[in-house]
Amino acid sequence: MNSAESIEASAREQRGFELKTLGRWAREGGPLIALLLLIIIGQILNPNFLRWDNVTNVLTRSAFVGIISVGATFVIVTGQIDLSVGAMAAFIAGLMIIVINRLAEFGLGQELAIVAGMVIGLVVGLISGLANGILSTIGKIDSFIVTLGTMGIFRSLVTFLANGGTLTLDSRVRETYRPVFYDSWLYVPIPVWVLAAVVAVGWVALTKTRFGRYCRAVGSNAEVSHYSAIRVNRIRVVAFIVQGFCVALATLLYVPRLGSASSSTGVLWELEAITAVVVGGTALRGGSGRVWGSIVGALILTLIGNILNLTSLISVYLNGAVQGIIILGAALLQRTSRTR
Amino acid sequence: MTKLTKYLGLAPLYAAGLIAGSAMAQETIKIGVSIPSADHGWTGGVNYFAAEAKKRIESTYKNVQVSVVTATSASDQANSLEDLVATQQIKALVILPYESAPLTDPVRQVKKKGVFVTVVDRALTDSTIQDLYVAGDNPGMGKIAGQYFLDKLGGKGNIVVLRGLPTVIDNQRFDAFMAKIKGSEIKVLDSKYANWNRDDGFKVMQDFLTRFPHIDAVWAQDDDIALGVLDALRQAKREKEMWVVGGGGMKEMVKRVIDKDPQTPVNIVYSPSMIGVAVELTALHFVTKLPMNGTYIVDSPLVSPENATQYYFPSSPY
Repeated sequence: MNSAESIEASAREQRGFELKTLGRWAREGGPLIALLLLIIIGQILNPNFLRWDNVTNVLTRSAFVGIISVGATFVIVTGQIDLSVGAMAAFIAGLMIIVINRLAEFGLGQELAIVAGMVIGLVVGLISGLANGILSTIGKIDSFIVTLGTMGIFRSLVTFLANGGTLTLDSRVRETYRPVFYDSWLYVPIPVWVLAAVVAVGWVALTKTRFGRYCRAVGSNAEVSHYSAIRVNRIRVVAFIVQGFCVALATLLYVPRLGSASSSTGVLWELEAITAVVVGGTALRGGSGRVWGSIVGALILTLIGNILNLTSLISVYLNGAVQGIIILGAALLQRTSRTR
Repeated sequence: MTKLTKYLGLAPLYAAGLIAGSAMAQETIKIGVSIPSADHGWTGGVNYFAAEAKKRIESTYKNVQVSVVTATSASDQANSLEDLVATQQIKALVILPYESAPLTDPVRQVKKKGVFVTVVDRALTDSTIQDLYVAGDNPGMGKIAGQYFLDKLGGKGNIVVLRGLPTVIDNQRFDAFMAKIKGSEIKVLDSKYANWNRDDGFKVMQDFLTRFPHIDAVWAQDDDIALGVLDALRQAKREKEMWVVGGGGMKEMVKRVIDKDPQTPVNIVYSPSMIGVAVELTALHFVTKLPMNGTYIVDSPLVSPENATQYYFPSSPY
């Protein structure tokens, strides 16, 4: 091999290496590229877009679906699906409002009533997740059907609790609870801190722990996992419990925002969460997933609505179409870079 | 003697026969009421007032039965109509259609069976089907709101509009409002759909506040949306800058009017109680034997602190 050839070969190798890193970068960063494009479009359409209060509006708005989508990532990675999250959030919100109102009425201190309501909300979330998990593992019913069933149950229960109307937090208690959603720490609203914490914990749990590895193993091949002494059912149930916890946590932040819950609370959150997870690069069939991707997905979904509200360029009748195109675009970006 | 006992023995039978005869003349009239399920505040109110009307009518007229059936979608409602006719053999149908077009034909089929048809709120695409039409005044709601904005703003100012869902009702309200303020110096900065719920009212208003530094008033045309708007204003600390007009007559909002809250000076009623009006009129059609055929438009009055107590129903869920 003469020197010219060897130089050419090494150059080829280098180019190959560059392409590989580029591909890897695109694969990893697909959803981020979509997010960045949206931010640029938003700023072009409205100079107020990157103002701090709009940024915090978008981030706090993403907190509900964002937190839920972290839980959904675990459920989907283990090869299951949870359609009940929106209805579960509505039910927990309704229950919390009733409990807090009653306890405050009976002379329990407002703070104490709120804390008790929060604890009950979290417990109900954990139990609901456990129920979904047990029905779909020990009950041997497909999780799609299980959660379709529990979705109907939760949705009806909140309608029943509200007597077909709206449950409203007592106005004085609401004043005490309000800061949980509206206050900031270091200029960043509390829901955004909670979202960040959930993402951090979720990311560590999925990538750095044995539980996370087992989740991925169960999702990619349940049978092999079973023979590798992984307790498949247990992992699946825990994934549902994580989901239930995330839903309850999101609801704790949702209740102080408007202080009310009705049958229209959380409608379609399940589809938004699933869309966020998939746009973020998690395979719907399970086996692999990215927690941070799900958050980027949730941000993309919120940004679409925000940008459409900030401009009158596009007919309001076409809002749904714009959303559809952006979701498909983001998914495509993620997919093509993935196969490379 | 034997004859007498015979007659005496027969007497109860005669009496029974007489009762049966009168019952035959007063045969049971079944009224089927088909309404959307309580999927938001206003339909929750519809469910409440339908149940109240059922209670009142059944306790007043012993020969009238009311069965209320709720539907979760237009196709669900069409199915429930078939059930009402086939299994309950209703004499009258009171229907608040989920959507106008898809239910026109199913209601026509019911009508063909000789059933008295009362349509509520949302008109069918063929108005010859109905015997009685009871509705709120949607264009009136827009017109009254438009007039109020003209008066209160002195014909000049910046406003934003939050619409409901893209339906006939929403278009009627919006078009009438726009027609009323046309020619004045009131500028509609933008209008967006807030889907008749609080969460979307909150979000859309947040974005309007980001976008427009100067807004004088908000027309939310629905009380659920208006409540979301009020929270967004409070968060942005701009609640002193503008006032909000909702609509529907939700108890929380009417209460605010009673309390003379400067942020919500008035309300415009579009009461779900119209379902009660429709059921009562339909029952009267049979009980009084007077024809109740025609069109009955329930007014959409302006609720101000002076008359607000008249429109305040604390026990209604809406």
